[in-house]
Amino acid sequence: MTDGEKPKAPGLLDGKLSPLRPLRASGNLFAFALDVARSLPRRPFQFREFVQQTWFVASVTILPTALVAIPFGAVIALQLGSLTRQLGAESFTGSASVLAVLREASPIVTALLIAGAGGSAICADLGARKIRDEIDAMEVLGISPIQRLVVPRVLAAMVVATLLNGLVSVVGVAGGYFFNVVLQGGTPGAYLASFGALAQVEDFWSGEVKALVFGLIAGIVASYKGLNAGGGPKGVGDAVNQSVVITFLLLFAVNFVMTAVYFQLVPPKGQ
Amino acid sequence: MGVEVRVEGLTKSFGSQNIWSDVTLTLPPGEISVLLGPSGTGKSVFLKSLVGLLKPERGSIVIKDTDIVRTSEHRLYEVRKLFGVLFQDGALFGSMNLFDNIAFPLREHTRKSESDIRWIVLEKMDMVGLQGAEGKLPGEISGGMRKRAGLARALVLDPEIILFDEPDSGLDPVRVAYLNQLIVDLNAQIDATFLIVTHDIGTARTVPDNLGLLFRRHLAMFGPREQLLTSQEPVVRQFLNGRREGPIGMSEEKDVAQVEAEMAALEARGGDQHNGVGPKGASGGDAVPPQLEPSPGLPERQAQRRRQERVARMLHEFDPATAQAIRASLPEDLLAQADAGVFAPTPLAGGRHWAAESAPAGGAAVLPGPRGRS
Ligand SMILES: Nc1ncnc2c1ncn2[C@@H]1O[C@H](COP(=O)(O)OP(=O)(O)OP(=O)(O)O)[C@@H](O)[C@H]1O
Ligand SMILES: [Mg+2]
Repeated sequence: MTDGEKPKAPGLLDGKLSPLRPLRASGNLFAFALDVARSLPRRPFQFREFVQQTWFVASVTILPTALVAIPFGAVIALQLGSLTRQLGAESFTGSASVLAVLREASPIVTALLIAGAGGSAICADLGARKIRDEIDAMEVLGISPIQRLVVPRVLAAMVVATLLNGLVSVVGVAGGYFFNVVLQGGTPGAYLASFGALAQVEDFWSGEVKALVFGLIAGIVASYKGLNAGGGPKGVGDAVNQSVVITFLLLFAVNFVMTAVYFQLVPPKGQ
Repeated sequence: MGVEVRVEGLTKSFGSQNIWSDVTLTLPPGEISVLLGPSGTGKSVFLKSLVGLLKPERGSIVIKDTDIVRTSEHRLYEVRKLFGVLFQDGALFGSMNLFDNIAFPLREHTRKSESDIRWIVLEKMDMVGLQGAEGKLPGEISGGMRKRAGLARALVLDPEIILFDEPDSGLDPVRVAYLNQLIVDLNAQIDATFLIVTHDIGTARTVPDNLGLLFRRHLAMFGPREQLLTSQEPVVRQFLNGRREGPIGMSEEKDVAQVEAEMAALEARGGDQHNGVGPKGASGGDAVPPQLEPSPGLPERQAQRRRQERVARMLHEFDPATAQAIRASLPEDLLAQADAGVFAPTPLAGGRHWAAESAPAGGAAVLPGPRGRS
């Protein structure tokens, strides 16, 4: 060995400050997403795994989602209840709260839960398999972990996210009704009658589309981080943590973009 | 017959941390090789590189004319079907019971009926002594059992190259003895190429045809087992004798003065011969114990004769002690040929340290010399 190729001692900041690091990281994530897309049509489709994962992700997200959706709907109802009274537009209370729940509250709650509960569970599961060498063993046995494990999980996250969005919409609207009518003394008839005044069906569908994309992103990021976990149990913990933070950042950014696009495509009612 | 694995100039780093560089060795087809090395020298990394799970930056790994380092993902999946790998912790699928774990490769890659699968799986489980544990989950069994189940899974597809990462760790000495016998028997039956990473010196002394030692980011030595067992190289001797005195330290490398003082103290006590018994089957001295034979009733290992011819050609390249030990293992006819000068010495060629298959056996062919120690 010549002096020129003497191994360097690992330094503390080795490449950590390189401007290329974030670029490389997002490039890898994107390449991974493409791999997943390419594996999607590959047969045999892992139907059992898909059903199991859907059930698993649903079981870790449904209860927390419902529990978060109720106070969320209540807060919106309280805010709108007093705001509409101040503006003298009490007849629009019901409509405005439905609008707020459908358009913003349910995608946000879905994003929080699918990333925080669903994504972290997927990431922890895959990360644990990775550090136990299960993933490597699978590859050596000639089976692609992406086709076998990741595709069903991403699809499961997407399905569950759309279901969650529906759940949040229902629970949020019901919670809003309860708080407005029962606690703030609003009139049930007026509340229900104004339902359709501002909100439209497209609002619901836009929420569902958002949820689908959120599920996709959460599933991909969680799987990517899980499969790249390293360095023992601590590595899995770090991977879960990073996966949740990255997913949050991505989801809120994507939510903003999709909302902006939505308003371009679907004109608000009454215009 | 097993497959030849030719590794040349292999270098692997994680980031700026170099694990090993310029590793050159050839696993001769059908032979059993053992790779030794202090903890953390990258033996597991080497095994993972061989199956293409990790990508070395430089060098090549050629198996059946395919360079694993540079081949396409698709071809890699094909080549991997030649491999059976036992990972360090068994790497069983945690969500499946032992039966399903072992049946997994069969269900994925063959069209066998469920009853055929059952028959094969039970046979392999019996072979590794796991009968009756089919329904257990990996989380419910001991580490040693997980290891044996991992071995059974590695064997179901009748691989041509079998890699073991520390098959003996976590097993009791009796199980290790059975496992070693199992390895030799398997080799006699299927003539696959074996590479075993182990810390067990007893295994390293008696099981393999070839021995190698990774140390300080290099392959310190690789060759016929007699070469390492009789070697006077301080690192090799320290490792095979399992003692503290020598260049290998607990974590860091030692300074030269300290090593010299230690060695002097060891010599004063009478050297390795009088140093008693070390851990993990290490015993004093540089004796070459007889190699483990297949169980009675099994065919002779086909690799045995091939290896004898191979080392007979290399005989002139070793120092006297090694040559002596090798001669003791050769049959009359090969010894006679070697002494008659049929195997003419040739200059060093291309870093290869054993004769290529294609060389006409017994003829005065141009044969590559051994890999010189660098
Ligand atoms: N995926 C990885 N990323 C970064 N570093 C790694 C990775 N895998 C292994 N290493 C490093 O490579 C070195 C060698 O590890 P390896 O597991 O191959 O050692 P080993 O020789 O098998 O040791 P042991 O005998 O204890 O099993 C270690 O320093 C480890 O930190
Ligand atoms: Mg290891």
